[in-house]
Amino acid sequence: MSALLQIRNVTKKYGGLTANNDISFDVTANEILSVIGPNGAGKSTLFKMISSFTPTTSGDVLYKGERISNLKPHIVARKGVVRTFQETTIFKNMTVREGVIVAQHLRAEASLAGYFWGSKTAKKDVAAFGEYADELLEFLGMTGIGNEQACNLPQGSLRALGIAIGLATDPQVLLLDEPFAGMNHEETMRMVDLIRMVRDERGVTIMLVEHDMPAVMNISDRIVVLNFGEKIAEGTPSEIQNNEKVIEAYLGSADDEIGV
Amino acid sequence: MQSDLKQKLIGLGLFLFAIFIGVPVMINITGRWDFYYTLTSVALLSIASAGVWLTFYIGRINIGQGAFALIGAYFSAILVVKAGVTFWIALPAAGLFAALVAILIGIPILRLRGVYFAMITLVLTQVVTLTALALPITNGARGMSSIPLPSGVSIFGIPILPDFASMANTKLAFYYTATILMVASYAALYRLVNSRLGHICRSMQQNEELASSIGINVAYIRVVIFAISSFFGGIGGALFGSIAQSIYPSSFQVVDSVNYMLYCFLGGLGYVFGPMLGTLVLYFGWDLLSELGKFQLLIYSTLLILIIRFLPNGLLSVRLGRGDAK
Repeated sequence: MSALLQIRNVTKKYGGLTANNDISFDVTANEILSVIGPNGAGKSTLFKMISSFTPTTSGDVLYKGERISNLKPHIVARKGVVRTFQETTIFKNMTVREGVIVAQHLRAEASLAGYFWGSKTAKKDVAAFGEYADELLEFLGMTGIGNEQACNLPQGSLRALGIAIGLATDPQVLLLDEPFAGMNHEETMRMVDLIRMVRDERGVTIMLVEHDMPAVMNISDRIVVLNFGEKIAEGTPSEIQNNEKVIEAYLGSADDEIGV
Repeated sequence: MQSDLKQKLIGLGLFLFAIFIGVPVMINITGRWDFYYTLTSVALLSIASAGVWLTFYIGRINIGQGAFALIGAYFSAILVVKAGVTFWIALPAAGLFAALVAILIGIPILRLRGVYFAMITLVLTQVVTLTALALPITNGARGMSSIPLPSGVSIFGIPILPDFASMANTKLAFYYTATILMVASYAALYRLVNSRLGHICRSMQQNEELASSIGINVAYIRVVIFAISSFFGGIGGALFGSIAQSIYPSSFQVVDSVNYMLYCFLGGLGYVFGPMLGTLVLYFGWDLLSELGKFQLLIYSTLLILIIRFLPNGLLSVRLGRGDAK
């Protein structure tokens, strides 16, 4: 098994505060890997560095052996590593279908001027965008809400839309920032199935940051645990559940939260 | 869908008929020749406002359009007066020059958002005014006056455009020039907004971070849009200079820049034709209120506050508010 994404000694400092210290691990193609840790452990910062939303202080992120840290987000997206967001900030004032159509920017072949003048390639693109949007919405079981304004959607559908927008870019790696936050058990389980389906049927490697322990234990092939900006453990869900350092990090707050 | 399109076409036809035939006929009958000047001003100001509206469309508040109008006016005046270029080439050249300046200025300042971007653009008009005062080529405070009227254009001996100087009634000629340009500008704007580029703008307006994470080069699009928007400003300014046959550093001031923004607000930021309506209503409204003498500004601003308070989506939202307007 080869590593698709390699995090190599990544460190991030904000002034005197170290958000991430010397973190290294690999993400294998086609796996679901979760990054967990108590609040303020540096999970989101790590995500921002992988997607180049913020530069690393030192260390590199390699994708297929090529450095993708310290670039621009849209360039990293172009290479196939796409991030969705923690807050449910999607394109609020668009319909679901419009959002998925806009998100197919990387599939566009015509130039912007071509769209303005309505060139042949542009017309072909526009038709293809619509078709693919319908296909994606059907795949995610969202056909019925295609014409809803995104701002009117319930939490669960919003997250699904976030994933649909991410998928519309044809990513190799999808970074999901807290996909289960604020969801009830039923919604979470539906989302777990959805993410699995994206991996199984679309061959997308998934990396996610999450608080919801049962969901993480359920969905992950492997887990990386951060605490105070340091990586303290890495392994399968069962290894993590029995890891002393991890139990210690979460101790007091809840053993049961780890799902033991 | 079909009837919707039909309705739009009828509306467009009525509008074109009104401005190209209705207005001149009415003015002929009533003899209010001064209205030509007012309506020509409205047309060229609404071209500049179209640009401001476009920067709103990517989520930036632009209070600097006066700067680009001034740049366009001076550039075209200098080309016509000092280089002897015909106005019909100087006009698009002025737009392009304003766009070029917008690219150079936009690259650093478009990173800013919200009130910070607005503040920088607010300063721009003042900077350009001061530059015009200082540069030798712009004649400083004396400005440039007696700019020749647009000359005739003929290709292979066939006259395409008439010589304005030989005309008995340049008011009508300028009215047509300004309104044709206005129609062309808004057609381009409408097309842009309804093409994929418009969708990309909307995605950036709503969530710039998500836009960049789906692979949109937001910095590039911002500069492109700002350049287009300033192109409109340059065209509007150049036309103004040609009509007034003069241009001074004070021709476009900070208050003009603020007005363009108000026209957009009043017409409605959600509607392509909002700034056109906003310009018409505000420009005429101001003129009508001049009867009230010293209370003019007081009543004008009170009305503005009331409109923005009760019609936050602009005047056009009254008619289109119920349906799914776009």
